[in-house]
Amino acid sequence: MQSTALYTVRYPVTGEQLRDFATHCLQDPVLHDVALDEFRHGADYKSYILVAKLPGVTDDEGISAQNALGDFLNQPLDTHTQHIFSKRLYFLEHELPESSLRQLAEELLGNKMINRFEVGPIAQIRDYTPRPGGGAESITDTVRLVGLSDEELVKLSKDNLYALNLEEMRAVRDHYTSMAEERRAAGLPPDPTDCELEIIAQTWSEHCKHKEFSAVIKYRDADTGEEFEVDSLFKTYIKNATAEVDRQLRANGNDWLIKVFSDNAGAVRINPESLFVWKVETHNSPSAIDPYGGAITGILGNNRDPLATGIGGAKLLFNTNVLCFGNPEFNGTLLSNQLHPRRIFEGVRKGIEDGGNKSGVPTVNGAIVFDDRYAGKPLVYCGTGAVMPMQLAGLDSWEKNIDAQDRIIMAGGRVGKDGIHGATFSSIELDETSPATAVQIGSPITQKLAMDFLILATRRGLIKCSTDNGAGGLSSSIGELATISGGAVVELEKVPLKYPGLRPWEIFVSESQERFSLAVEPSKMTELMALGQEMEVELTDIGYFTSDGSLDVRFDGESVARLDMEFLHNGVPRKVLEAEWQKPAAQEPKVELRWEGRDAIFCVSPLNDSLKHYQQTEDAKYCVSTTDVLSRLLGSLNICSRESVIRQYDHEVKGRTIIKPLMGATGQAPQDAAVVRFNFESWEGVAVSNGILPRFGDLDAYDMSAGAFDEAVRQIVAVGGKLPNLSYGDGNFWSVNDNFCVPDSVYDPATNPDGKLKLAKLVRMCQALRDATAAYCIPLTSGKDSMKNDFKADGVKISVPPTVLYSMTAKIEDVRRTITSDFKQADDVVYLLGETYDELGGSEFYQLFGELGANVPKVRFEEAKALYTLMGQANDQGLIQSCHDLSDGGLAVALAEATFGHGFGAEVELPEGLPVHVQLFSESHSRFVATVAPEDVVAFEQHFGTRATRLGWVTQNGQLHVRQSGKTIISASTAALRYEWTNGPVNRIIGFGQHETVQ
Amino acid sequence: MDEQPKLPDLNTPPRPQLDHGGPITDANGNLIVLGFKSVDAGHETTEPLKGHAAEQTGAEHAEADEEQPQEGSSQQLATTNQSSVKALILTGFGINCEEEFAAAYQLAGAEPTIVHLNQVLHGHVSIHDYDILNFPGGFSFGDDLGSGVVLANKLRYRKNAAGRTLLDEIKQFVANGKFVMGICNGFQVLVKLGLLPNLSGDVTPEVTLTHNASGRYEDRWVRLKVNPKSNSPFLKGIDTLEVPVRHGEGRLIIKGEETLAEIETRALNCLAYTDFDGSPTDVYPHNPNGADLNCAGLTDTTGQVFGLMPHPEAFLSLYNHPDWARRKRLNPGLSEEGDGLRLFRNIVERVQGQAAAVPQEARQFSS
Repeated sequence: MQSTALYTVRYPVTGEQLRDFATHCLQDPVLHDVALDEFRHGADYKSYILVAKLPGVTDDEGISAQNALGDFLNQPLDTHTQHIFSKRLYFLEHELPESSLRQLAEELLGNKMINRFEVGPIAQIRDYTPRPGGGAESITDTVRLVGLSDEELVKLSKDNLYALNLEEMRAVRDHYTSMAEERRAAGLPPDPTDCELEIIAQTWSEHCKHKEFSAVIKYRDADTGEEFEVDSLFKTYIKNATAEVDRQLRANGNDWLIKVFSDNAGAVRINPESLFVWKVETHNSPSAIDPYGGAITGILGNNRDPLATGIGGAKLLFNTNVLCFGNPEFNGTLLSNQLHPRRIFEGVRKGIEDGGNKSGVPTVNGAIVFDDRYAGKPLVYCGTGAVMPMQLAGLDSWEKNIDAQDRIIMAGGRVGKDGIHGATFSSIELDETSPATAVQIGSPITQKLAMDFLILATRRGLIKCSTDNGAGGLSSSIGELATISGGAVVELEKVPLKYPGLRPWEIFVSESQERFSLAVEPSKMTELMALGQEMEVELTDIGYFTSDGSLDVRFDGESVARLDMEFLHNGVPRKVLEAEWQKPAAQEPKVELRWEGRDAIFCVSPLNDSLKHYQQTEDAKYCVSTTDVLSRLLGSLNICSRESVIRQYDHEVKGRTIIKPLMGATGQAPQDAAVVRFNFESWEGVAVSNGILPRFGDLDAYDMSAGAFDEAVRQIVAVGGKLPNLSYGDGNFWSVNDNFCVPDSVYDPATNPDGKLKLAKLVRMCQALRDATAAYCIPLTSGKDSMKNDFKADGVKISVPPTVLYSMTAKIEDVRRTITSDFKQADDVVYLLGETYDELGGSEFYQLFGELGANVPKVRFEEAKALYTLMGQANDQGLIQSCHDLSDGGLAVALAEATFGHGFGAEVELPEGLPVHVQLFSESHSRFVATVAPEDVVAFEQHFGTRATRLGWVTQNGQLHVRQSGKTIISASTAALRYEWTNGPVNRIIGFGQHETVQ
Repeated sequence: MDEQPKLPDLNTPPRPQLDHGGPITDANGNLIVLGFKSVDAGHETTEPLKGHAAEQTGAEHAEADEEQPQEGSSQQLATTNQSSVKALILTGFGINCEEEFAAAYQLAGAEPTIVHLNQVLHGHVSIHDYDILNFPGGFSFGDDLGSGVVLANKLRYRKNAAGRTLLDEIKQFVANGKFVMGICNGFQVLVKLGLLPNLSGDVTPEVTLTHNASGRYEDRWVRLKVNPKSNSPFLKGIDTLEVPVRHGEGRLIIKGEETLAEIETRALNCLAYTDFDGSPTDVYPHNPNGADLNCAGLTDTTGQVFGLMPHPEAFLSLYNHPDWARRKRLNPGLSEEGDGLRLFRNIVERVQGQAAAVPQEARQFSS
């Protein structure tokens, strides 16, 4: 195969100019050839594939070429109209039929959602260029609603992708019926316009309104018969819990909680001058359809949240990403329009690479979780931390103020049909007919320019407040901002478009990326526009705020939508849902430790018949040597190294990352939480962690949620973070985002028969969240829920397991005192901190044998808090040399990982008591492996008392020996263990960056 | 997707429209847009740092733009009594390492200013008011046509009101004995522009930087060895250093035996990737991109223009290094300064030395 970059130039230049432009600007003189008006290829090529972009799809390469042409001609070219279109042309040596070429194109070279392909024999190359242009298509229709039957209402909602249920459609119909006279009097049609219905559908979407999290839920426990009613999950378990935490914090002189739940991102105070802003969101549905576009849009979209918090203009400090995929080695049959998990994995990974790296924001950590149930919809969580001054041009930076007559400015990219219906679309399950227009492609560079602009404009006091154009586009951003002043007038004809043919409603709800909506005082307009011009950011005045209580959207002076703000934001009927909990039937498999000569062997009696083919011994037992168990765990999908992924993310741009995902002399010691310093002048910083444990949810969603919360807390404690509010006015801020991703949990006898159980799981997850925040006094500051993570095709439904991610950040007083996970020196003494219980349910150990077990790990909050407090104190005294939290794979995996940084070994003696496999592999929460310098052992043991168990010591010889009562249980070379871990499935699939042969 | 936008005539190219009405001035002809300066080095507090900050806020700083990066650090700083060395750091259009670049100069005792490219291209800021011109890393213009290509193109062709390109200015700048530094994307710009290695002296591209041999972007730490024959003041007294690489297109390709020989003879290949025992290597991952001559950085024949793929500005503090915690355990008295800072100290000292030697002449050219 041979490939060519193709540029179509639709701009008046002479032949000579064109040739010079191509040779001087597009061609690398050392590497490339140039051909004009000719498809040049080697003689022995037979077929071709042309990959072009569909109209309106972001073409950064074309725009860059255009930029270069402007410079080359030394003319100011209108950079907002596309004159140069980039494409890729591939020549193949084989003569392949069109169908194979097309398949190649769609599966390897592009995505039919965003690309246009031309294929065929090389003699007949067809080119394709999207058409350029400007104007809108100013057609607004009314939609008949008054007098429609229930059936017709449901059909209308489905046909137009409103994603509203019958009751909601009725509410809209009734509103219009009651308003008919008033509307006539105002010269409006009695029926709604298409634009009005779209605005209502977007505003009332699950994505924007969180209807299920605010529903009334009737909960019943089928085992105990207990019943109760939840008046909004959000209010009961999240908002009220945080309000209680805030009360406790303030009572103890800790008043750093500045903004929760009410803006694009939560904000806490770092010190008297600065705020830390923190937001995590998901971008699941788009990532299922177009993994690259979905992920990059997810990152950039999430970046815009902190950027547009309060007045706006926060500086982004870091990104973090948590990804859930199906098994990338899946080899079954895919459903219609289902992408292979590996393709989703690679696409999402690339999206994160470009989204983070090109924005200059370090990706400081993350997690990847594999489970077959994510094969339909992957989960893509994107988090961004940022810093902003407390005061911007003399005003409180976190406040949003708008007055009537302030101008509405759209900043950044232009509007196309991309992402139309994104908000409503992500509120329903995916199926094979999911619309292509719901996908957007992010342009990190466009956003970087807008970001640089926003930072400067807010510092100069030119912007009153800003918000992001994400889901729902202008409709959402202006709709929300208008609630501050009490109304807005939007002049849609002024909105700059990528190409013609958009109707007014499309312009209003389009989710074209990289845009912000700004509120600007009229007197600041001149200076603002001048700054935009200087920094080459397109700013358009598209209307003004009012206080008359209505959202008035116009096109060429005519109203295309006029909505009562009260009805729009508060008119959605409340849902009443049913939940019913029943404990799953679960059983523990039998595990024995046997001895064959000097070799220790674990034998598991499987409960699960489907694994018969694994059985190796006479009486239906699966036996593996103890050392092998550890090797296999290290090489298992959910534990193995992610280095090949991590290294393609820039995790140290900005020069502030102190604890990176992989550390140590080898650069292969995995870390628990990332640590980033805020600036170059002080040593203050922030620790970042993620807790996610979907497997435990199969046993009990409460314990899963509590465990995930604890996991994130203990990761921060492991690197040296301290719990909040331990002493008066200690100022140790914590800021947590919760992100719930669950399958459709609304009961329907036909389509969702187990909906009540799913909803009960959600309720239990929320209960655990409330208990955890109260126990640790850690507040939530923002969050998100994604309610319909199902993929339906060919009569099959793949639903994600109920999943919650807790993304935590906490203040680090001095980053120089943080602790990494790797062993530091031979003869340091190794301790287990915390207690192990017989809790192998849902463990990676059982997973190896295809078992789930029953004893799910529980969080004992009081004990955990006491231990974390002790750790903070021990760290103040410098007693801890290394610390690694125990999670997947338990003690054995943590010990092995701690040797990966430098090739040390360890001699470990397990205490008597619990069975060996429980001690080694139980995933009980709130535990750590820590090492202590020999001279500090006395002080350390005195400090921790019974909470610390001495296990052994670090050795120089690179051998991991685990013994009990003088018998060797595990004996392995740590180099060999590291090899297993490093060459696990993730690195094999993504591949390491070995030098390839030159093209 | 069958949907096609309804459209006007396809055959007529759209008319070019002006999107830029020239500089914006008030009635008196003064620019309304103030010079773009960095707000600060990403630091949002105005609280002076304990210890050093007080001594450093001297008279010269009181006059400086209040939006300048905060001076001060608990790391040791060069004495600031000497005449201040001015470093100009370009940003905008996707450049993203300007803040740590500024911090590096700050810590090395110079006075950094971050300026948007357009400020320079439109002639609002003159590079000649500065001693060192810096091109930071990032993804200028998204690297869509190849790393650094669009930016290099802008410097070569875009003319200011006086009809001069920025490349003309840079040539003058170098002729005046001043220094140019490019890191990562900035290095790519200098190479695509032909300022490096510039064997011929006529600023035409002689070598190129292209996709890593691995075909992928990578962030990892490498060890570099300084070519002992190199005359570059940036590398004076440095033998080896550890730094991170973070690039997808860092593979230096030198076409032609002659070019290669000349680069080697004149020791312009000033930095080489080495393995653990310190010898230059082409083995992955020690050599992360497969560069010819295992070369990580180049200077021009004068030694004044210097560029490298790795990021010395990302190793200003010990705590940037992946193995800092173990090293500190091993040696509690270890300096808290990172290897990368030495390059900046070098060049700042060199400029200070020059200023002390010929204070007047060097200034005459520049204003």
